[in-house]
Amino acid sequence: MTPRLSSCSRTGGAGADRLAAFRPSRGPQRPTRAARQVFAKAVATPTKEASTSASKSASISSETAKELYRDMVLGREFEEMCAQMYYRGKMFGFVHLYSGQEAVSTGVIKACLRKDDYISSTYRDHVHALSKGISARKIMSELFGKKTGTCRGQGGSMHMFDAEYGLLGGYAFIGEGIPVGLGAAFTSAYKRRVLGDDGADQVAVNFFGDGTCNVGQFYESLNMASLYKLPCIFVVENNRWAIGMNHLRATGSTLGDEEPWIHKKGPAFGMPGVHVDGMDVLAVREAALEAVARARRGEGPTLIEAETYRFRGHSLADPDELRSREEKEHYAARDPIPQLRAYMLKHGLASETDLAELHASVAAEVDDCVEYADASPKPDMSQLLENVFADPKGFGIAPDGRYRYELPGFTAGTAEVS
Amino acid sequence: MYFSKVMSGCVDLRGPRAGAPPASYDPLPPIWTHPDPQSVTRAGPGPLNRASTRTAAAKKELMMWESLREALDEEMERDPTVCLMGEDVGHYGGSYKVSYGLHKKYGDMRLLDTPICENGFMGMGVGAAMTGLRPIVEGMNMGFLLLAFNQISNNCGMLHYTSGGQFKVPMVIRGPGGVGRQLGAEHSQRLESYFQSIPGVQLVAVSTAKNAKALLKAAIRSDNPIIFFEHVLLYNVKGEVEGPEYTQCLERAEIVREGTDVSIFCYSRMRYVVMQAVKQLEKEGYNPEVVDLISLKPFDMQTISRSVKKTRRAIIVEECMKTGGIGASLSAVIHESLFNDLDHEVVRLSSQDVPTAYAYELEAATIVQPEKVVAAVHRVVGAPAGVAYA
Repeated sequence: MTPRLSSCSRTGGAGADRLAAFRPSRGPQRPTRAARQVFAKAVATPTKEASTSASKSASISSETAKELYRDMVLGREFEEMCAQMYYRGKMFGFVHLYSGQEAVSTGVIKACLRKDDYISSTYRDHVHALSKGISARKIMSELFGKKTGTCRGQGGSMHMFDAEYGLLGGYAFIGEGIPVGLGAAFTSAYKRRVLGDDGADQVAVNFFGDGTCNVGQFYESLNMASLYKLPCIFVVENNRWAIGMNHLRATGSTLGDEEPWIHKKGPAFGMPGVHVDGMDVLAVREAALEAVARARRGEGPTLIEAETYRFRGHSLADPDELRSREEKEHYAARDPIPQLRAYMLKHGLASETDLAELHASVAAEVDDCVEYADASPKPDMSQLLENVFADPKGFGIAPDGRYRYELPGFTAGTAEVS
Repeated sequence: MYFSKVMSGCVDLRGPRAGAPPASYDPLPPIWTHPDPQSVTRAGPGPLNRASTRTAAAKKELMMWESLREALDEEMERDPTVCLMGEDVGHYGGSYKVSYGLHKKYGDMRLLDTPICENGFMGMGVGAAMTGLRPIVEGMNMGFLLLAFNQISNNCGMLHYTSGGQFKVPMVIRGPGGVGRQLGAEHSQRLESYFQSIPGVQLVAVSTAKNAKALLKAAIRSDNPIIFFEHVLLYNVKGEVEGPEYTQCLERAEIVREGTDVSIFCYSRMRYVVMQAVKQLEKEGYNPEVVDLISLKPFDMQTISRSVKKTRRAIIVEECMKTGGIGASLSAVIHESLFNDLDHEVVRLSSQDVPTAYAYELEAATIVQPEKVVAAVHRVVGAPAGVAYA
């Protein structure tokens, strides 16, 4: 009944074929096209590099490879600078760093999305913002709480938004950004189906973690995405830990498995579930390109589970005492940046000098953004009351008959608005 | 003058002036009707005579559900980005028929029948609003929107601010709430008291067919997120409605009856409870001013303070619980800002802080009845001013 590795006749022995448990089950019916797309790549050992380099498409140009590399290095250097700045007292509150997970952000956003596509993220959003194209200056300023920040200092680390580049946030409550991204996908489909705009093929990509996969909104969104065939892609950055909760302790295993596979939940909701090595930017890119193309063609959503790891704690306030040294070392050996570097050098996509230049340019960019953020002005008091309402009449009518936004103290942030 | 400046696009609507009975405002179910419901104590044209005073091309009379439907239809026709999403709003036509038949005209995408996932589809509405649409999200019963509290509070209310003004959320969140007829505790909730603290949203409560249509149109056209409270028992209230370009200001209160003795502030169905009490009070010689708040957040402080300064007494009649209700906020505001204009402390008539029972007698005892309003006026005003009415 429940398939076991050892009893699977195709493999001929226990442990011989690690992929056996992940293959679609052989039922009496021919697997549907969607089910056939449920595939997995073995991800547990550092030696997989040899096997996957053969499976990677060789059709990546030098230029693209360098772009991806630079994007990952920018993400890494930016986050390291954030840690420094935090300990120097330039930014406060909860700061969640992305170090180690760069391959997912670069592989999905930088490699596959356009400026007019949408993304939604969680509190671990700095690098998603960078990959989407928002300038490092704006993000660092936002982290410093300055007026020149992408949200004018009103959002902070966990609430990065950018209307020009389609970054729909930055959310503190995990799961609450997923329906928002779904709504953007709904708008895209609405433009096509109702407003008659055939060129409207924007996709929305939602990023979230393994912990989010127990939140109801995740399932509600999977259902609606599939039901309405919306161009929405769900990317789970499974870094195995939700603060101090290991994924295995928080989530029940999928039937017949020893692991709670998240991608397997995709087919239950009518969409392909893809498991990908999230430490390998080219593998992520491959899976994401197909998912995005599917969505743009109007074929509906995809669920991508990327196995990845955060090298730092959950946030800068997390002592990170629960994760074992072995686990950290294992994933450090699979660091996406040296992986891509080795690949590029091996396949002649870049030289050592090129890469050194990229590193230098990133270092310059990061230093510049810190200087810029430092020198930027703090928000004015006028920002206290502005932007609460898109239409400031929302603050209502004062006793003297004027709307409250017309009161003199409003711009100074001192008016009584309630 | 400020008025012309502030009310560009709005119409300053006053209720019917003292002297003419309002359009049929007595929808109370028979069990709650005052012992003498049909007596008309004021001079002026009675219901039967009104038809003759209207011209042929005049406004028509619709029930509130029809007037809301008409507002939806007109706004959806006017602006193709307006869409409605909610449970059973499409093929079923809405559980209170507010979107009846509209899916045939506008299709399944614009009248989106959602699965039962309030938090999910509320968030989907937020995302759609952020990216260019103007969604109206319906809660089949306002109470169900408790499940959507995450999205309403965090995203609907706060996103415009946390994004530094980059994204607006032009949503209308509407649905029937309030205490119905023995619907049980969970279908009888008053969510305005829970939502009122959320920064960045406006709360509007409708009470007549006319203001329902006008306010819904204004809410749809507004760039702010509006939580739009309808009442389960008011969908069949009949009234005159205006044409397609008539909207009502979302921030203004309505004066239902001008008076001098006491200001009675109410909203939604309590308007009718109060007007029922007013019939009795008029007979006794009182002259109360009745103000329908309409805008539960923000309060129309101009109308409210003018009224309190005139009468020097205030009673708040609400269907919310006593603890933390709209009345609690209004009472605090009136005491703080109009302390020297008051001759009596503000009296709040609210529902009991108990879950609404199923049994009729218990349910009736939970909410405010006209008798309580009459008793409160007696207490606050004392002896009537002694002005004789016809």
